[in-house]
This record gives sequence, structure tokens and C-alpha cells, in this order.
Amino acid sequence: MAAQRDKSRTIPGTTVFDGAESRKGYRINKFAMSFTKPENRTAFTADEEAYMESWSLSDPERQFLRDRDYRGLIEECGGNIYMIMKLGTCTGHGLYHVGAQLRGQTFEEFMATRTASGAR
Amino acid sequence: MAKIVGGIGTSHVPSIGKAYDMGQQEEPDWKPVFDAYKPVQKWLVDLKPDVAIVVYNDHGSSMFFDKYPTFAIGAADSYPIGDEGWGPRPLPDVPGNPEFSWHLAEELVYNEFDMTVCQELSVEHGFLVPMNLCFPHEPSWPVKTVPIAINVIQHPLPTALRCYKLGQAIRQAVEACEDDLRVVIFGTGGMSHQLNGARFGHLNNAFDNDFLDKIESDPLALTKLTHQQIMEEAGAEAVELIMWLTMRGALSDDLTRVHRNYYAPMTTGMGLIALEENA
Ligand SMILES: [Fe+2]
Repeated sequence: MAAQRDKSRTIPGTTVFDGAESRKGYRINKFAMSFTKPENRTAFTADEEAYMESWSLSDPERQFLRDRDYRGLIEECGGNIYMIMKLGTCTGHGLYHVGAQLRGQTFEEFMATRTASGAR
Repeated sequence: MAKIVGGIGTSHVPSIGKAYDMGQQEEPDWKPVFDAYKPVQKWLVDLKPDVAIVVYNDHGSSMFFDKYPTFAIGAADSYPIGDEGWGPRPLPDVPGNPEFSWHLAEELVYNEFDMTVCQELSVEHGFLVPMNLCFPHEPSWPVKTVPIAINVIQHPLPTALRCYKLGQAIRQAVEACEDDLRVVIFGTGGMSHQLNGARFGHLNNAFDNDFLDKIESDPLALTKLTHQQIMEEAGAEAVELIMWLTMRGALSDDLTRVHRNYYAPMTTGMGLIALEENA
């Protein structure tokens, strides 16, 4: 059986979403998945603290969320990018805002690296 | 007898769906994407498929990590438009062909591909963007569909070779159906992209174009790629490309390439290839 992953070769700047990440991120990802229901988006928008409390999020998860710190949610808390994206309707932050944070750039700096940024 | 008449490899980038819904098809940075699909739409009109098998992955719309199937097949009368967190897209529900789905499920499982059968399934950008780009759909879709979902988001993923073999088994299963159905199969996702970490936005045009070459002429070479190799070269999320191998495994080697395109405006290599069976 050919090894599909070589864990001795970490890929710089990359998190591979595997079992360890999925366990670590289970709560924040399930929380984010709840945003696929409009009533939950409404509840979060009405009272963010109460909605986070209802999911028993950890203190770091709540603080990253208050700060709109997506790097923290993904890299510290095990957030899966596809789940974290679901917060966007409520936070107003789309993929490229999140991506710029992950790269340590401003949105404008990141956009300047793209070849046809009108296709956003 | 049912038969596969063509295959399409295509990216399924969600922003394309949003741009479509906002009517941005003619905007200069979007136009190359939408224009690329026009000859494929025309080809499909002439090809007259009855069914589209769409190999895609669910990005957290109908499936979550509480139970995330490695291989799943839809077997519903109709597939509603999913809510991925920003409300369902304004598209008509997509018709299924549950008898054909159950036939495929039976053949595949007895052929040792253990599919999860889904009788309730909403579909999302992985499925809808390719369908949206390739078929007119007002007021309704011109084909029935069979969604086939593959886990490409939570490792361990099925291997590239396994995905190719699934395609071969799909071909056998289609040909074992006595109904006269003309079937096209879609392999979706990719191409190069990475959506996490400091390497967010990584692209590899050379890798993508080589993949487009080989998916047509030497797919067996691609089945040897490991997830590690794909992720290192083309980005963590580029592993979606293994779903193109399921499409290719369902085709013969007697093919005509009808169309090919590549465009990488933002964070994803948007690839397209259309292959028609000669026989
Ligand atoms: Fe995808």
C-alpha cells in the first residue's frame, strides 16, 4: 500500500484536515454547521453571546469569534474552512477576507496578488 | 442498454454560482469562465443525455463530520437546493431517477463498492455549479441526475486509484441497466487551490495543465498520485481532483476531446474538459 500521506513532510503553511483536526474542531465545526439553518443565523445575529453559550463554546473559541479572528478559529480551534465560511453571512466576511488573514495580509494586499480579481 | 456517451471534468468553484446569480457573466474577469461552457452546453444539447451522474463532494450542506460517508449515492425523486449558510440558490430542484440510482447502488455494492445510499439529499455548489454551467435550467433541468458524493475533505480520503476503479465499476453498472439511457458523467472539483493556512491562494498552473493532458491521454499515471503529492504541488484542497478520475474511469479510451479550457483568475485553477465516446 503506497502511503497517501507522509507526515514527516509537513507542507509549509498548510493544515491537513484529518482525524486529529476533526476531533479538535468538532464543537466549533458543528456550531458553524448550524448556520445552514436560517433560524440559527437569526439567533446568532440577535444575540451572539447567548448563541455561543447555547453551544457551550470554549473561552478561546468565543474570543476568536468576537474578534473575527478566523486564523485562530481554523488553526487553533480546528475549524474546517468550509464550515467556518458559513459564518460569513452573519459576520459579513467572505472567503478572501478569511484568506487574507490566514496569509497575514490586508484584504487589499491579498487582492493585489491575484491575476483577475474582478472574478471574486 | 444504458450507455455512457460522454464525460466532463470541471471545477465547481462556489463564487461562479454567486456570479451567475448576480448576472455577472459579461464582466471582463468573469466572462472567460462563462464563455468556456458555451460550446459544452451546445455539445450536450446535441448529445441528448437522459441522465447525468455527478461526482462531487458535499462541503457541509447535507453531510457533516458526525457521519461523513466515503462514497455515497443519491436515490431520491428530487434533490432540493441546499442552504450552505447563505440561503439556497434560486435554482429549481434537480430531478433524480431513483430506479436507476438503486440499480447502480445494487451493482456497485455487489461489485464491492460499498456505497451509502441517500434518500434525502440536498445538493450544493459541488454539484450545482457544474450543472448550472452545463445545462439550461429554466423552468426545469433537461436531465435527471444521480449524485455521487466522495469524501475529499476529511482525511483519510479514498485513493486516486480507488476513485478511478469506482468509475470503472460505474461503467459496468450503467451497461448492466436494460433501460435505453444515455448517460453523461461529471467529475468535479479542483483544480489547484488551497483555502487554509499561510499558503492560502496557492496555485499551480503547470500541474493543472499536465493534469488536463493526462486525464485525457494517460489517466493511469494520475492514479499513481498520492494525496501528499497532490497537496504539496497543487494545494491542500486540490485533492478534489481525484473525483475527476472517477469520471475518467467510467469512460473508454476511444474518445474525442470536444473542449478544454483553463483559467485561474483568483484562488482556484478553473479547469474544464469534455470527452465524447466515439462508439
Ligand atoms: Fe470543492
